[in-house]
Amino acid sequence: MATTLNSALQNLRETKVWKSIFRRGPANTNRTRSLAVFGNLFLHWLPVKVREKSLRVRASYYLGSISFILFLVLFITGILLMFYYHPAAPHAYRDMKDLQFVVSNGVLLRNLHRLAAHLMVFAVFWHMFHVFYRKGYKPPHEFNWVVGVVLLLVTLFLSYTGYLLPWDQLAFWAVTVGTNIISAMPVVGSKIRFLVLGGNIVGENALLRFYVLHVVILPLVAFLLIGIHFWRVQKDGGLTVKPKDEDGKE
Amino acid sequence: MNRRDFLNEITLGALGIAGLGSVAVSYQYFSPNVLFEPSTTFRAGNPDLYPVHSVTFLQDQQVYIVRMPDGFYAVSAVCTHLGCVTQWKADAEMIACPCHGSKFQADGTKIEGPAPRPLPHFAISLTADGELTVDKLEIIKSTQVLRV
Repeated sequence: MATTLNSALQNLRETKVWKSIFRRGPANTNRTRSLAVFGNLFLHWLPVKVREKSLRVRASYYLGSISFILFLVLFITGILLMFYYHPAAPHAYRDMKDLQFVVSNGVLLRNLHRLAAHLMVFAVFWHMFHVFYRKGYKPPHEFNWVVGVVLLLVTLFLSYTGYLLPWDQLAFWAVTVGTNIISAMPVVGSKIRFLVLGGNIVGENALLRFYVLHVVILPLVAFLLIGIHFWRVQKDGGLTVKPKDEDGKE
Repeated sequence: MNRRDFLNEITLGALGIAGLGSVAVSYQYFSPNVLFEPSTTFRAGNPDLYPVHSVTFLQDQQVYIVRMPDGFYAVSAVCTHLGCVTQWKADAEMIACPCHGSKFQADGTKIEGPAPRPLPHFAISLTADGELTVDKLEIIKSTQVLRV
């Protein structure tokens, strides 16, 4: 059975189509394994070799990966929610209620999106504290630390813009209070608030602006920065791992 | 200056001007010219509707019509802290904010924070047919009172 599978796989690898996609032999030597990583768009920014140490749970608690997986969950559930949501008053509130009570499995998607959002803020903060206490911001990782801080802000902005979209009392007052904080800025504060809301009150323009920020602009920025963040981890020489003490403990 | 430097500077200058221009037109584009927001002036009815020594909350307008022996004033009901709508507590004779606990007197004077300023007074006047009218865009001094 195994040999038939192997020979079938071998035959597949000999075909012209396979060879046009993977311009290399099977990944069974160090050289071809490296080529497999370098030659793949989705893998090329990952390190070709990883130290065993940096894969241990205690090295990172996988906090960055958890944040990224939550981001992917939010991306997918968010796109699915968009099929039933109109960013306009009074539809927005009704659509949110329909997702909860009328649409099949809508409540599951909405709650997945909501809970993953809460968890992502939590995971990103924990990731930041962990990196901070591990001195992960020190050279050569300074630039990646700054990218990470911007990603934390993008996460918070995503959270905040998403908060308005249910268009309920909680959303309205949270955004009223939040945008009044903007107008406390000297000189330009009230102008920026006017631009953010697209008016003087939290109304339909504000809902639409927050929607566009939430579903297009901020996710694009996040994807770009996440790409840079991952790529820099490898270029800066992998994770910061605690050196071992003399008696072999970390 | 040789030709390459000249062309470089011309190009950079043109890009700079185009960049500034696009910032300006983007700012214009993102500032709406027409807003479908509720009118900021409204009629508050006949003065006789309001007894002397009374504070009346107009929920739709988020304004208190206050009538004291010296006359009328219109006090904003929007807290100067973070924009929550305050409430008149008749038993305690003060205006209180439910969000963060700011307190004001009936004329908008601050009793305690976190609100940074007293509640503003809006321009209030009488129309030709004898009704009160309030303009929420015009803020007047708290000493100005409409005598009827």
